[in-house]
Amino acid sequence: MNNPLTFTFALALGDDALIAAQRLAEWATRAPEMEEDIALANIALDQLGAARLLLSYAGELEGAGRDEDALAFLRDDREFRNCLLVELPNGDFAMTMAKLLVLSAYQLPLYTALAGCADERLAAIGGKARKESAYHLDHAALWVKRLGDGTEESHRRMQAGIDQVWPYAHELFVAQPQAPVDPATLRGEFDDTVSAVLAEATLTVPESGWAPGGGRDGVHTEDLSYLLAEMQVLHRAHPGARW
Amino acid sequence: MSSAREAAAAVVDPEIRVVTIADLGILRDVEEDPATGRVVVTITPTYTGCPAMDVIRADIRHRLAAAGHRDVEVRTVHSPAWSTDWISDAGRAKLAAAGIAPPAPVRRDGVVPLTLAVRCPRCGSPETAQLSRFGSTACKALWRCRACSEPFDHLKAL
Repeated sequence: MNNPLTFTFALALGDDALIAAQRLAEWATRAPEMEEDIALANIALDQLGAARLLLSYAGELEGAGRDEDALAFLRDDREFRNCLLVELPNGDFAMTMAKLLVLSAYQLPLYTALAGCADERLAAIGGKARKESAYHLDHAALWVKRLGDGTEESHRRMQAGIDQVWPYAHELFVAQPQAPVDPATLRGEFDDTVSAVLAEATLTVPESGWAPGGGRDGVHTEDLSYLLAEMQVLHRAHPGARW
Repeated sequence: MSSAREAAAAVVDPEIRVVTIADLGILRDVEEDPATGRVVVTITPTYTGCPAMDVIRADIRHRLAAAGHRDVEVRTVHSPAWSTDWISDAGRAKLAAAGIAPPAPVRRDGVVPLTLAVRCPRCGSPETAQLSRFGSTACKALWRCRACSEPFDHLKAL
């Protein structure tokens, strides 16, 4: 393998985007209104686009002949490197928006930093994906404010959603000093973005405490196994199938 | 045999069929080797997940084959990242004529963001409102005109 560190990094980011896309796509036909159905499907499509670029590049770096499909559909849970945040079940709409807020507030500075990194391929992907992330962040922030500063019930559920996903934000910023972008350097911008949104939404930033991790080492929740079973079944049942 | 550039530039966008890939800025470069006749076409996606890319690649091959170019390579690049600022004036006019409001200039860092009204492509009124931040394709949002009540697509500034 040419560059194992860059491979692991591209794989982790690609897996984040892929699993996020799969979870978001689960909302199709189930969102609270038709416009939101279209919105979540579009965000899923953007995430899938980024996943395809990142996994294709990871496959090339690995040099073992695995393409984007082999990496997406023929790995088991322990081989996935995504953060736990993206594999969490969708919960209610408020929890999904809390997840999207945390994910996009992390992906935007990450892709922006990537756009200026030394690796040409990752820089191109970052430069492209950051524009889409900015739109996702706007969308999530809009809903978090609307629900947080809405009725008593919407406020309660939005706060519950934020409280539920907050511990999983920690894993996103664990230091990797050797990586093309060290995620630890992004924490400040993430905190600024999220606390500004939560303040406007009349929501409280949760206390930091329990900080589950392990996703980057392939140790996942059982939720990922069910997600993969659904995502991979067709490709595994009909290897090489095309339409 | 017509020029490879002309043939590639005439490929229409499969999802917005009133504009070509040249109008939209998807077509980045066409190079023809005069000695071998080999053509290299370089394109860039509007959005990373744009599902029209495969069709665009196939259409470029068909157009070029029909124009007499058999040895064709289509390359996809992601840098520099596509921007709606690359849509030509002719492209903007075609979009507006088809009822799709063209995008405003992209907001740049360091510049005070100025929100320009999206004008209704039907009646020209600036009295419009966003109905949905996402639309029928990745590159569009759904708006409505308050003056003439018509809903319309708006190409999002990116």
